[in-house]
Amino acid sequence: MNGEQPIHVVPPVNSLRMVRTLMLVTSLCGGLIVAVWQLTQPAIAANKKVVLERSVRALIPNAAQIVEYDASTRGVTPGKGDPADGAVRFYAAYDRHGQLEAIAAEGAARGYTDTVRVLYGYRRACECIFGIRVTQMKETPGIGDKIITDPVFLKNFESLDVSLTPDMRSLFNTVKTVKHGTKQFGWEIDAIAGATITSKAVGRGINDSAQRLLPLLVPNLEAISQKGGMQ
Amino acid sequence: MSSQPLQASNMEQLLEGIWKQNPVFVMALGMCPALAVTVSAFNALGMGLATTFVLICSCTLISMLRRFIPREVRIATYIVIIATFVTLVDYIIQAVSLALYEALGAFIQLIVVNCIILGRAEAHAAKNPPLSAMVNALGMGIGFTIGLFALGSVREILGAGKLFGLSLFGEHFQPWVVMVLPPGGFFVLGLWLLFFAWLAKRKEAQHGA
Repeated sequence: MNGEQPIHVVPPVNSLRMVRTLMLVTSLCGGLIVAVWQLTQPAIAANKKVVLERSVRALIPNAAQIVEYDASTRGVTPGKGDPADGAVRFYAAYDRHGQLEAIAAEGAARGYTDTVRVLYGYRRACECIFGIRVTQMKETPGIGDKIITDPVFLKNFESLDVSLTPDMRSLFNTVKTVKHGTKQFGWEIDAIAGATITSKAVGRGINDSAQRLLPLLVPNLEAISQKGGMQ
Repeated sequence: MSSQPLQASNMEQLLEGIWKQNPVFVMALGMCPALAVTVSAFNALGMGLATTFVLICSCTLISMLRRFIPREVRIATYIVIIATFVTLVDYIIQAVSLALYEALGAFIQLIVVNCIILGRAEAHAAKNPPLSAMVNALGMGIGFTIGLFALGSVREILGAGKLFGLSLFGEHFQPWVVMVLPPGGFFVLGLWLLFFAWLAKRKEAQHGA
């Protein structure tokens, strides 16, 4: 090093300019996001409704009309927006005469790779789940995805016992997935051999959802037994 | 990758991303979505187009604002701009196809941290006029989409016996399930990289001859 090296003078940074630029850019970006959100929300809501109705209709073919409700300690209220804390969203399917055909609700639990979501159908008459439809899963192709197609596994859900205790505060028996070939009772789910984690996720999702929903829903079922009963 | 002279023609700019500096096969950038979402041709195209949209919009806007953005806050500004367009693409995909949205999952939001986009913003858009930035971003986007499609189509054909959901080989075909699993992504990417390396070597040999 010698004294002949030029001295580099760093120009002073204008702090105000930095703040002003960031404010302008974030305001511009914020405006853009809000505008596009406003424009796309109706289409997104319509898409979600179509997908949901398609799933419920596949589960309950006789459904002529599907109405969203929330069940909470305050009773059953029409479902609007996201459910409030403690409330459980469910879908009431009415036949063409306006009579309640069945209830559909969603259960979710962590599977092998991601969350497994299932829509299940419930009827008060048999106090049972009469069918399921997988609405979201990213399980291993050829193994975990058998929960969608395996007829033996799906047979578990043709009459899965979810009856309540006499005080209607919880399920009489916990719905649980058992090792393949060891199912004994109506509330047990016979796992798919080789896909036990995914099978257990289905059982856990249904149990967790039914344990929360049915004690809130069943005592108030009369109020929604006919289309328009709530309005 | 920022070595393109300012006076390079638009066609050269466009071809740079599509072929010479293809983000997937030459620069090996954006590997996370390239391996994770390419289980089908449809997913690959969806992710490629979403990334192209974000690339073009963010690079154009950054280029337009390049004289006003102080160097000290440029990264923060670029990330805000990129995140904005990713949010827009997130809403747009939900409005167009919920099935595609579910299939791409968190990888839509992860476009924010796709190194191709910030790399283009910093290396090209911040130093060039909007038209040049837009053309360069378009080339990179097309190149990325081609790369993803090359992976997705091979994986879907071998892993499911289908292309765009249409069965190609009939019921007797036994799918190679491994191709739609994570290792399949590495196998197919490795084979494509091998192919491009062979092409480059052959070209080099021809020039040398």
